[in-house]
Amino acid sequence: MLINLNLDLRLKYTAVLAAAAFWTAAGMTPALAADADVVIDNFAFVPATVTIAAGEAVTWTNHDDTPHQVLASDKSFRSPGLDTGEHYRLVFAKPGTYGYYCSLHPYMVGTVIVH
Amino acid sequence: MFQPMDRRFSRRGALKCLAWAGTGVLWTVSGGIPRSFALDGAAAAAGAGFTFVQISDSHIGFHKPVNPDVTATLRETVARINALPVRPAFVVHTGDITDFSKPEEFDTAAEILKEIKGIPVHYVPGEHDLLDGDGQAYLARYGKGTLGNGWYSFDHGGVHVLALNNVAQFKPGGLGLLGDSQVAWLREDVAGLSSETPIVVLAHMPLWPAYAKWGWGTDDAVEALGYLRRFGSVTVLNGHIHQVMQKIEGNFSFHTARSTAFPQPEPGTAPGPGPLMVPAGALRDYLGLRSVTVQPGDGPLALTDRSLAS
Repeated sequence: MLINLNLDLRLKYTAVLAAAAFWTAAGMTPALAADADVVIDNFAFVPATVTIAAGEAVTWTNHDDTPHQVLASDKSFRSPGLDTGEHYRLVFAKPGTYGYYCSLHPYMVGTVIVH
Repeated sequence: MFQPMDRRFSRRGALKCLAWAGTGVLWTVSGGIPRSFALDGAAAAAGAGFTFVQISDSHIGFHKPVNPDVTATLRETVARINALPVRPAFVVHTGDITDFSKPEEFDTAAEILKEIKGIPVHYVPGEHDLLDGDGQAYLARYGKGTLGNGWYSFDHGGVHVLALNNVAQFKPGGLGLLGDSQVAWLREDVAGLSSETPIVVLAHMPLWPAYAKWGWGTDDAVEALGYLRRFGSVTVLNGHIHQVMQKIEGNFSFHTARSTAFPQPEPGTAPGPGPLMVPAGALRDYLGLRSVTVQPGDGPLALTDRSLAS
């Protein structure tokens, strides 16, 4: 059921993702107050769903003693392996719903909603 | 529908399995799930058959307080292998060789493991070995002669060994996955084998639902193992959960192995499956290696789990 849902999302948003541009370096975009933070704690993305506006960023920070890696459900973005305390910042340029999971522990899932 | 005599659970089948699988499994059937199996000394000394060793989850690159020197504990493990009274025919490493798939981590692991002199080491990948995205760091080193994303099979002493990759095709919200191509290959690979052939299956993540809440299972394992149901003895060796756990089901026996690097908590005993912090003096109680002794014909296969502290 979940997989089917994600497949639907993937089909629906492939075009959006194909047209989207991502920046991962912190200095490349202006800091915005509405950027969202996700912490990785005890093998979970917290909060599991965040909502931002187009052009804003999400920053994931790993608080666990084990590596995690943020991977889009459709593979359109992938963080490096994040060690304890490391973070990954990604600007979402286009509206859409972006499902993602941990490439090491796929039962860890999250969603970024971009208006 | 109720089936009073499933072939897998027949007394004859169980006896056949026990005859091959040895006293450790007999102990399990009569006394519940054991923490360790019978000593292998007598079986190994009998002369026939062969022994191989399983090691797992070396996580080279890991540097957290529970074990700040995972190269030292892997070296100790290699020394244990080299000191075994009966020379093993080969060693299998059931994945998570590295922590971050970095070239220097693979290089360090290879440098230590080459000290296993004169016998081959067979590998399957863990998810920590595929963090580069396409698995090339792993496949460049260990993919020669393999199929798909790194699976293969080989024979030794009458035993057929299936070396599988269940960590390369994860789906969001899922467990481990072999994938349709690999399952189709497995079906063909064993199609010509006699049902008397002992089967050993290697894969990183458990091929049974050891604890699904922590992702400790494989979504398409039931389908894949279905093609092995006709065999009299199937021994499944996994890693991933950094502790010894076993399950017997019909002709199948499932075993996870200790890590050479750090322990993880028993299912449900912690908020998550992260490294289990133990006192430095106790670390080696939780790390170790496994010997598997195979006797052809009616001879036993005995699994011996040894900690680095023993």
